[in-house]
Amino acid sequence: MVDLIWLVPALPLGGFIVLIFCGRRIGEPFAGWLATGVMAGSFIATVAVFLDMAGRSAHDRRAVVTLFEWIPAGDLSVDVGFLVDPLSLTMCLFITGVGALIHLYSVGYMHGDAGFPRFFAYLNLFTFAMLMLVLGDNLLLTFLGWEGVGACSYMLISFWFTEPANATAGKKAFVTNRIGDWGFMVAMFATFFTFGSLNYVDVLDASEAGTVAQTTATLIAVMLLVGAVGKSAQFPLYLWLPDAMAGPTPVSALIHAATMVTSGVYLLTRVNPVIADAAGWVPDLIAWLGVGTALFAATIAMAQTDIKKVLAYSTISQLGYMFLAVGSGAYVAAVFHMVTHAFFKALLFLGSGSVIHGMDGDQDMRHYGGLRRFMPVTAGTFVVGWLAIAGVPPFSGFWSKDEILAFAWNKSPALWFVGLLTAVLTAFYMTRLMAMTFSGESRYADERPGEEDGGAAALRADHTPHESPRTMTAPLVVLAGLAMVAGFVQLPFSSSTKWLEHWLEPSLYSNEVHLGIGGGTQFLLAAIAVVGGVVGIGVAVAVYVKARVDRGLFEQAIFADAWRIDRSVARFMGGPGRQGFDATNRFDERVVDGAVFGVADVVRRLAGLGRLFHSGMVRTYASGIGVGAVALITWFLVRSTL
Amino acid sequence: MIAALTTPYVAWWALVPLITFAVAGFLLLTVASLVRRLPAVLAPAWTAVAGLGVLLYLVPMWSRVGRDGADSFLAGTVGVDRSSIFVTGILAVAVIAAALISRDYLPREDLPGVELYVLLLMSAAGGVVMASANDLIVLFLGLEILSIAVYVLAALHLRRIESQEAALKYFLLGAFSSAFLLYGIALVYGATGSTNMVRISAFLAQNVLVDDAMLLAGLGLLLVGLGFKVAVVPFHAWTPDVYQGAPTPVVAWMAAGVKAAGFAALMRVFVLTLGTYVSDWRPAFQVIAAATVLAGAVVAVVQTDVKRMLAYSSIVHAGFILVGLQAATDRGNSSVLAYLAVYAFLTVGSFAVVTVVSGTGDASHGLDAYRGMGRRHPALAGVFTVLLLGQAGIPFTGGFVVKLGVLAAAVDGGAYWLAGVAMLAAAVAAFVYLRLLVAMYLEEVPSGTETSGAVPLGALVVAVASAVIVLVVGLVPGPLLDLARDAVPVLVAG
Repeated sequence: MVDLIWLVPALPLGGFIVLIFCGRRIGEPFAGWLATGVMAGSFIATVAVFLDMAGRSAHDRRAVVTLFEWIPAGDLSVDVGFLVDPLSLTMCLFITGVGALIHLYSVGYMHGDAGFPRFFAYLNLFTFAMLMLVLGDNLLLTFLGWEGVGACSYMLISFWFTEPANATAGKKAFVTNRIGDWGFMVAMFATFFTFGSLNYVDVLDASEAGTVAQTTATLIAVMLLVGAVGKSAQFPLYLWLPDAMAGPTPVSALIHAATMVTSGVYLLTRVNPVIADAAGWVPDLIAWLGVGTALFAATIAMAQTDIKKVLAYSTISQLGYMFLAVGSGAYVAAVFHMVTHAFFKALLFLGSGSVIHGMDGDQDMRHYGGLRRFMPVTAGTFVVGWLAIAGVPPFSGFWSKDEILAFAWNKSPALWFVGLLTAVLTAFYMTRLMAMTFSGESRYADERPGEEDGGAAALRADHTPHESPRTMTAPLVVLAGLAMVAGFVQLPFSSSTKWLEHWLEPSLYSNEVHLGIGGGTQFLLAAIAVVGGVVGIGVAVAVYVKARVDRGLFEQAIFADAWRIDRSVARFMGGPGRQGFDATNRFDERVVDGAVFGVADVVRRLAGLGRLFHSGMVRTYASGIGVGAVALITWFLVRSTL
Repeated sequence: MIAALTTPYVAWWALVPLITFAVAGFLLLTVASLVRRLPAVLAPAWTAVAGLGVLLYLVPMWSRVGRDGADSFLAGTVGVDRSSIFVTGILAVAVIAAALISRDYLPREDLPGVELYVLLLMSAAGGVVMASANDLIVLFLGLEILSIAVYVLAALHLRRIESQEAALKYFLLGAFSSAFLLYGIALVYGATGSTNMVRISAFLAQNVLVDDAMLLAGLGLLLVGLGFKVAVVPFHAWTPDVYQGAPTPVVAWMAAGVKAAGFAALMRVFVLTLGTYVSDWRPAFQVIAAATVLAGAVVAVVQTDVKRMLAYSSIVHAGFILVGLQAATDRGNSSVLAYLAVYAFLTVGSFAVVTVVSGTGDASHGLDAYRGMGRRHPALAGVFTVLLLGQAGIPFTGGFVVKLGVLAAAVDGGAYWLAGVAMLAAAVAAFVYLRLLVAMYLEEVPSGTETSGAVPLGALVVAVASAVIVLVVGLVPGPLLDLARDAVPVLVAG
């Protein structure tokens, strides 16, 4: 069954090829059904491989399936091959599973869009690249997928490219990610120079055997961290993710919540032996970076009014938790949270998409209110997502977040405290989102003072919000079910309930930290986290439902403005940055271009001389041969023993 | 008592490609002279099928040589190893491509049919002999079979005076250089007492010549003769004139097939036979390679005729192949073979496009004919773009992979300066290809040019297939490089 793994990426690739060439002829809705169908096939193939793997013993759960030799260049030999192990399979399961659901959802969401087939072609291509990223058996193939998902992400962010803001958002994602990619490339070169190979199996086994100098391991780990920070939108390279919300909502759900942004966490988990060999401050850095980003993004999410911006900052914050887990050596918890987050955040994004769809494209939560009456399925499934992210037991988010917090306490109580604070804020801002959107008075037909309205209020009064079609609500229901029960794959009660940990064991080279705290402490920490979540929810209810507290107290201007970082960066780039670019440009024009033109001139003159020889006369050519012969014979006679 | 007549051992299985080409040619000639009106499609189809048959037959041959090792027969004068099979494959591909391009070319030019195909098959038979010669005399025989057919082919466009001029120039200079080659063979024979390559190399390995002047002079003359065939500086001057004048499908064969056979011969003679004298001939090869890439690239820049541009570009390619050849290592040899294979596709594809663009009369080869092609013939322009980028050696095309191969082989041998010169020349040569691209996509269609009609099928198939192969090799170079690595040439005694 493991040999079937090639089907997993091949199916979306096939879908992409068919759609890009004859998508327009296939048209709506069959292009969407085709794309969804190949995703479902890919998911089935993954499940088949998974069932095979799950039946094996731990040391047997790793297979390399090589398709062909790709680049045999001297010492560097790179194959196109797949590393099939518990980590990559776990990733594949939720990429194809959640991916198929989001494809299905998009059939309804993108209905009537002029670029319908193109959208699904990109979506298929994205999934292919993402699967190559996680399945690749070497760093170069992962990098190829890494760049591929990036490219698809830019294309999909600026999918509605006629709007300049969308195109700019795509460009911003591109430029910011370059910095991360630089880190990845440096790490790749360093890996090749150190290990003489880019294959994970070679690199990780050598690293695990302890043959790597600490400084080298540190360099590789830090550079990979730079790459991961860019892709997974951690501080300070998070700037692109909120802007990426310009893309269609299914894209935000698939790429900017469930899959692509987690590839940084995947990468760091994949190379866990290298991190273990690196200097001790590297894990500390990862943990503090993660928890800092988590808190920072949560504060911003408190004051956003755009529903997708709230979810975007929430994603950054949750990714921060995963980095915290990696830094604390809790790789299982990182993967665990990655999976549960994929379910509940995809659910929340798709739910928000359903709301936006029902509100005719309006994303401002101040215009929502009371929507549960109009869209009961969306509201019902959203409640599940809300409780899961807020950390209410027994929903999935509780279990994964709790495990991360336990490991954070194990590393340092300070980390735990910041993490707990973030959890409280998370419960608060998600409750705020729920309250503003689904409860209270309906505000969709209100007059909006200060807005150029032009009688739009009357129009809106005619257009009541509506529930979304089946193709959109069905994925919501499935995801809600998953968000409810996904936590049960890793229950902290005893070793036998930690199913995910046993499954992942062969990928982690026993680098998973052992929890040094007793069951009692763990229970106490969980209780505190639950109480914190309840406090967050309670405060938000008091502010936004009962209106007992002024909301201005929480919606500080500095939060709404994302700590003014984005604006400062923009100002710097516009001012001194711009001057720097201009200076580079001038250098390029004068020195580089000057040299190029100079060379061209010399070449032209030489060519004029050379042309003289090509007179068209046979005697000239023959004399050329003759002169050449004389020169050669002279050379050889000089070399001879004559 | 009558003593049994001993006939030399003949490995017939290894002669099948040669026999196929030769017999196919003769049969076609006989049938055409007996039957008055042959269907027009018969000759090209016949030729292409012969090429295809050879290509298919090479597969079992390849595995047989892999299993049993290289062989030598006909009293040790002909050998078969994987490199000769590899080069035969390139020749077969070039034959198929040239036949397909000619299918529509001959009716368009209103030229009588069958001779081109007959000569093409004969010439290919000569090429096979060159690629599998184990004896200098046999090598010379193959070279002449190949060349004489090509001289006639060049003159085949009866109504174009340029075609006659090209053929005459090619013939005169070819005869001139053949004399050098023969004299070289004679001197080597004088110095070593044999024309058999196996025996020469064995002799040189076992004996140290007290006076090697005669051998070395012979070596120089051999280089002149073979250098003319593959068109390296300063024996290259005929190339632009002949390419410009000869019928375009013939040029495709000259560039792809003749060059492959010529380099196969160079490899057999210098790397295999005279390998013991590598320290003497390598500097000469290096200087020639450097001069070839530089002169070809620089002069190409000022050309305005696309066929001449491609002629100079083929000179640059020849220089590149020499860069790999001078390494005289297994790696160098396999890089040369891989380069020849990719170059064959690049060049037949490019000349297929040129055939289409040239229009009736085979005359419009100016840059003007290519202006605005991106709009008039988007598909053809797209294919040409891939081929030109491949010739320039842009990454993700086969051209990049094989250029990297020869440069790596040179660097491996410590010839850093030569690799540097070659890269510089590649940068200069890129200008030529980019200029064509600019003409196709960025320049306006000059007023008055008629929009050319439908693209003929044969040329289109060749161009598209070549472009696809060039791209596939660029993306997945492994299989081709593996083949080339396994195709290491060896000399074995019969």
